[in-house]
Amino acid sequence: MTRTLKEQVVKNALLLFTFASIVVLGLIVAFLFMEGIPIFQVVSLKDFILGVEWYPTYDPADYGIGALIVGSLVVTLCASIVAIPLGILSAVYIAELAPGSIKELFKPVVELLAGLPSVVLGFFGMVVVAPWLQNTFGLATGLNIVNASLILAFMAVPTIASITEDALYSVPMEFREASYALGATKAETIVTVIVPSALSGISTAVMLGMSRAIGETMVVLMVAGGAAILPESIFDPVRPMPACIAAEMGETPFRSAHYHALFAIGMVLFFMTLAFNLAGECISNKFRERGSATL
Amino acid sequence: MKRRYLKQWAFFLAVRLSALTIALSIAFFFIFIFIQGYSAVSWEFLTKHPQDMMTKGGVMPAIVGTFYLTIGAMAVALPLGVLSAIYLNEYAKEGYVLRFLRVGIRCLAGVPSIVFGLFGLALFVVYFGFGSSIMAGSLTLGFLILPTVIGASEEALSSVPETFREASLALGVSKWNTISKIVLPNSLPGILTGSILSIGRAAGETAPIMFTAATFFTAVLPKSIFDEVMALPYHIYVLATAGTRIEETRPIQYGTVLVLVGMVLMINMTAIAIRSYARKKKRW
Repeated sequence: MTRTLKEQVVKNALLLFTFASIVVLGLIVAFLFMEGIPIFQVVSLKDFILGVEWYPTYDPADYGIGALIVGSLVVTLCASIVAIPLGILSAVYIAELAPGSIKELFKPVVELLAGLPSVVLGFFGMVVVAPWLQNTFGLATGLNIVNASLILAFMAVPTIASITEDALYSVPMEFREASYALGATKAETIVTVIVPSALSGISTAVMLGMSRAIGETMVVLMVAGGAAILPESIFDPVRPMPACIAAEMGETPFRSAHYHALFAIGMVLFFMTLAFNLAGECISNKFRERGSATL
Repeated sequence: MKRRYLKQWAFFLAVRLSALTIALSIAFFFIFIFIQGYSAVSWEFLTKHPQDMMTKGGVMPAIVGTFYLTIGAMAVALPLGVLSAIYLNEYAKEGYVLRFLRVGIRCLAGVPSIVFGLFGLALFVVYFGFGSSIMAGSLTLGFLILPTVIGASEEALSSVPETFREASLALGVSKWNTISKIVLPNSLPGILTGSILSIGRAAGETAPIMFTAATFFTAVLPKSIFDEVMALPYHIYVLATAGTRIEETRPIQYGTVLVLVGMVLMINMTAIAIRSYARKKKRW
């Protein structure tokens, strides 16, 4: 075999391996559709998405996942309200105020936390946060939206803080110096110059943190309470989509309508996270263009 | 003038308080897990099968199962991930193919773990007929961590200076030989760090193995890759949520949590240690 031929073979073989990821992605979509679509012979797409009655084991069964979607959105939203300010402010601390030793400790700690199994966090929510919520607020159950949101926020903060810190760090020194030269205080410089120039990275961080939260399964399965109803307060239990799939797949007969309905929920979840990620990309691109124009 | 500094003081206070809140929650979490789990973990706990309806005995089969699953996941993700990264970083030219590949990999990275579980169930367990097994679970976990391995390997490859490649090519070495003899050895620590971090992730995942590999109890250890296994994360989930003996098995739950957290932390610290060692020895 000549050398150039060998090079060609290697290159094409590598390309083939790279396509494995695409093939897997394609197979995920294909199998979600294959197993999910049959549910629409039982229930219309509109009733499936907008219906709020989820009684898959009753006769006649109801397959409306509206309450599940609301559950997912509510816990994600509440988690973001906690995690975004905490994450960004912590990043500001690490990037601008922290002494060197803490700065060096930050990245390894983030990596260790990112590897923390979600089932352990869910467990923590069950045995620590739930009883605490129950006693403090006099609730019937501590497994509810607040609990799930707090734990999800705890998961998302390291991601948000780490990427935000990278973004803050990459703001050119000249920006800072120019701001100081105009007489701005350090806090004014951070708020009006540094954070706005790092918005691209910060928005990526936020979207990534949120898309993690919406797809997270074990935490919401263990601490969100599991009631498939529309919540009326933040102390109500909910049943987010991942929790519903995880809890019910083990008990449903193979290829029953319920089985197909759970795959259809997987489809909805897949496209929701996809939309989240694409939106994140668009937002960060938009801010990036503006940032580079001012350079 | 004074008001501006007052504002600055207030802002920095908020910043410091946020960082403190996070640090304290992290510290509380680890101290709690450690203190509660410490009394439950013993040599017997690590080496014995569960006994008396899970209320006594150990978690040895779950440790073994998690070990098999992570090795299997690595066997899938490491070769595929490194080869993909080599293509993306060394061969691919800017264009629509590259853009397509990158978008696809990014999408795969964003797929929720429970959706991977559904995919594994439909494809490996049912369609390929592997049943709930180490095989099906490893493949599912392997594809779950594939994007992470690709990302880490690419970063490691791109950190090798371009001059290394040019020097080798100038000596008449072919491109593939340059990559395998020069680029790969120099990026090995980075690839290892990224891969080991993703092993930690695979070890702790629960949702993807719920329907593809894990079972609550096996009397004997798995004999082939087509057997079901117990796994630490699934064990924690079932003990903590299902059954009538949740309170009785509490010590076992704390012990299992500590074993899993300890395992994942050890895996991740190994990765971080490899990286800092490699940074010290770096020749460029």
